[in-house]
Amino acid sequence: MALAVLIILGATGFSMFWGGRLAFQTFGLHFIVSADWDAVAHQFGALIPIYGTLVTAAISLIIGVPASFGIAFTLTETAPRWLRQPLSVAVELLASIPSIIYGMWGLFVFAPFMASVVEPWLNDHLANTPILSTLFTGPPIGIGMLTAGIILGIMIIPFISSVMWTVFNAVPPQLKESAIALGATRSEVMMKVTLPYTRNAVVGAIFLGLGRALGETMAVTFVLGNAHEFAKSLLMPGNSIAAVIANEFTEADSPIYTSSLIALGFLLFVVTFIVLAIARLFLYRLGRIEGARA
Amino acid sequence: MNLLILRRKLFDVVMIALSLGATAFTLFWLAWILWTTITQGASALRLTIFTQMTPPPGSDGGLLNAFFGSFMMVLLGVVVATPIGVLAAIYLAEYKRGTRVAAVIGFVNDILLSAPSIVIGLFIYELLVLPFGHFSGYAGGVALAMIMLPIVVRSSAVALELVPPETREAALALGLPRWKVTLSVIARAARPGIITGLLLGVARISGETAPLLFTALNNQYWNANLGAPMANIPVVIFQYAMSPYDNWHALAWAGAFIVMLFVLMLGIVTRVVFRQGARA
Repeated sequence: MALAVLIILGATGFSMFWGGRLAFQTFGLHFIVSADWDAVAHQFGALIPIYGTLVTAAISLIIGVPASFGIAFTLTETAPRWLRQPLSVAVELLASIPSIIYGMWGLFVFAPFMASVVEPWLNDHLANTPILSTLFTGPPIGIGMLTAGIILGIMIIPFISSVMWTVFNAVPPQLKESAIALGATRSEVMMKVTLPYTRNAVVGAIFLGLGRALGETMAVTFVLGNAHEFAKSLLMPGNSIAAVIANEFTEADSPIYTSSLIALGFLLFVVTFIVLAIARLFLYRLGRIEGARA
Repeated sequence: MNLLILRRKLFDVVMIALSLGATAFTLFWLAWILWTTITQGASALRLTIFTQMTPPPGSDGGLLNAFFGSFMMVLLGVVVATPIGVLAAIYLAEYKRGTRVAAVIGFVNDILLSAPSIVIGLFIYELLVLPFGHFSGYAGGVALAMIMLPIVVRSSAVALELVPPETREAALALGLPRWKVTLSVIARAARPGIITGLLLGVARISGETAPLLFTALNNQYWNANLGAPMANIPVVIFQYAMSPYDNWHALAWAGAFIVMLFVLMLGIVTRVVFRQGARA
């Protein structure tokens, strides 16, 4: 029975590859670097979805990682003891909300908010700044890569922060106490004792969040806009691998179309597999060190 | 010297403030999302949601067929994932603990735990939809089982490993065969943990949408046949929310509200069970 777990993973990878073979055969390596996505002409390239996936995941990390670190710091060092349990439950609540609800909320509430408040502000204030103006100005439609990235960022916070505060709490108190006895402030204890001690697990946690962000489907499908044109501005609609599959799979009307979508799935599978494997390796290394000590 | 102390104090204060800010930032989103879902969902709730079928655009209706479909597929998922998951956990924790095999399978299981659910959907499509030529409730249920399986394996294995070795040794010392020790002593002691895992798994799969999109698809009508495409809450929410019709939006919010309520209640139940387990 346990082997079933292994078989499932192997079979998943193989079946994706098998389903996508037509696309890989037809387009070759061109599939990954081509930005064409034309269902009528049967030309498919994965560049736009890949780009969208990477950009939204990057935005989500920029938001999610500092926020998670802040929460973990608050929960382990500064929050009063009676508040820690309710706070951690509240943050974990974020993880239990189904992603479709994030998507609906994003579409009906957050995207209009972005369109009416945030994006006009960005347009007004960043129009003359060299690099930022390309990234953060554009038509304020609310639906786009920035919105999707922010929602992803919120979604991955509970995954990253719960690992962080678990390992921060597992740091031997003697280490922290020695630093405090030397006169270190709480922030210095965190930056110079706790963080170096738990570095591997923290990196693992970030990769875990990245894996989540790359593969998240429903939340981004709602707010990305399913656009197959390349856009420099983050306010423009884009696409991600998972969102293309969710949007178009049931509409795919030719074998090469279906196969291209499955090939995209295969790419996503391989990438998330690598990211998650790295995450686990970092986390396991910590576990092994602790095990050896105990 | 004083300047240095000042700088260090300042750094400390700034960092504590920023961290508090990050926590408030996160709680703010949580409150916003919950608030939207509760207000929108509660205002869309009608009794007819539980008594009528999903409507065509513009007319009234409910979500009855979708609730039923979701229930059937989650049930199928649980029925498939539970025995495989628990047996796999017993194998890992009882018979192969500390070996390389257990490490590799545990590692793979952890990857599956956070693998993108849409990829699982594609896999089941290749496995159960393409060969049979049509979408079906079975495919949806199996896809959900695949999502649930790693959760069950992980939490059951942890629960089994937490059983004190003395319990196992005492039972073995009485001359019980290994299988009996595992089934009636270890598994019983680990039961709260295993049940926690099952509940967590159910909570996770009852909101899953991506793997159902192209396995169970959707169905406008009442359907109790698992062999045919089946309506289910998440996909109905997805389609209705993406549509331009106001009454469909209202139904989508009502569905989202009920799913969220269900998931949160499962979370509370899980905590209660877990607490009892910890005390016992």
